[in-house]
Amino acid sequence: MIKKILFQLIFLTFLFTGKVIAAESGGMPQLNPEFWVSQIFWLTIIFGILYVVLSKIILPKISANLESRKSQISDNIEAAEKQRKESETKLKEYDEIISKSKNEAKSIFNQAKEKVLKDINAKKDILEKQIDEEIKKAEEEINKLRIGAPKKISKIAIDTSSELIQKLIGAEINNSSISAIVDDLTKKNGAKYYGN
Amino acid sequence: MAANPMTQFEVYRIGPEIKVGAFDISFTNSSLFMVVSSLAILIVFSLGSKKSSLLPNKFQLLAELSYNFVSKMIGDTAGSKARPYFAFIFSLFMFVLFCNMFGMIPYTFTVTSHIIVTFMLAAFIFIGVTIVGFIKHGFGYLKLFVPSGVPAVLLPLIVVIEIISYLSRPISLSVRLFANMMAGHTMMKVFGGFVISLGIVGGWLPLSFSVALTGLEILVAFLQAYVFAILTCIYLNDALNLHH
Repeated sequence: MIKKILFQLIFLTFLFTGKVIAAESGGMPQLNPEFWVSQIFWLTIIFGILYVVLSKIILPKISANLESRKSQISDNIEAAEKQRKESETKLKEYDEIISKSKNEAKSIFNQAKEKVLKDINAKKDILEKQIDEEIKKAEEEINKLRIGAPKKISKIAIDTSSELIQKLIGAEINNSSISAIVDDLTKKNGAKYYGN
Repeated sequence: MAANPMTQFEVYRIGPEIKVGAFDISFTNSSLFMVVSSLAILIVFSLGSKKSSLLPNKFQLLAELSYNFVSKMIGDTAGSKARPYFAFIFSLFMFVLFCNMFGMIPYTFTVTSHIIVTFMLAAFIFIGVTIVGFIKHGFGYLKLFVPSGVPAVLLPLIVVIEIISYLSRPISLSVRLFANMMAGHTMMKVFGGFVISLGIVGGWLPLSFSVALTGLEILVAFLQAYVFAILTCIYLNDALNLHH
């Protein structure tokens, strides 16, 4: 589109210029060879200098700047990536440490619990043993007492009955006869009192 | 009132006449604007490459954008083999662009509106590209004129056409730039003349044309520099990667 318009404009221009040139004398200064050599000479020198300065001094600098920016950016991205990875591993380590210590704490707690339970059980056992022993001792004593009791009772019965008889009738009775009676009674009712 | 729109293209001597043998190599207004354009390029790009910072300043941004632009242009058209010619194409593009752009300032001289300048550039490119082609491919470079897959009957005709089209490259390249520049500037001058001759009553229409044309000419100035550079790349591509 632009090209078409351009072309039309150029065409128009040539129409205009043609008329103007026809009116004036001289024509196109471009076709006057008077300064051609001068233009060629200066173009060569100036463009040559421009090319040399641009290619040897300025363009390498721009290219280096671009390169350094690129590398700087990529370095930064790399460093960021690296740090992200590092932090991730650290996070993992941290998580591991936490779970480890949690486990440790659990195991310590469990151990302590077991130990305490063991202690308690041991103490309980000891106490139970002691209690059993005491109970045994007491039972033995009771048995002893129970075994000894009929004799003592019969003796007490003989004594009291002899004294009672003495007080009642004022006569002394032979202990052996009383004891015979007591023995007899004991044999009769002993089972009732002692459960033997 | 400048009557002749072609007077703007006249070359005149600045300073003394310098002669080497029979040749007149005096410093002219054309030379002056070549110097001005080149200095402007050097100043802009040396400012743009002075110090490297991660966030570029304006000149650095300009320089780096231009660098990437030309680099991409070469990479797209001529491939990676054209890397050694980057500096030349960059200089060429910038030189043509700045000469065109300086020509847009009123009362300046447009270097590229002279056929001899554009023809010299084009001839240099043509000869350089041909030499590169022969160095790269030896006499195999002549295969460029023999496209593959053409019936044997047509071959003589095709070869002749190819050779003519190859030889006309410098002419088309130089005339394209020269004609565009000259036509644009002449047209602007003509419309400017109309503004004066039609006066306060009728001058507004050509004035508005003139304003629009200025915008168009700035576009053309850039476009022609781009076309010049990209055609150079395409010719270089032919020489480097023999496609036919």
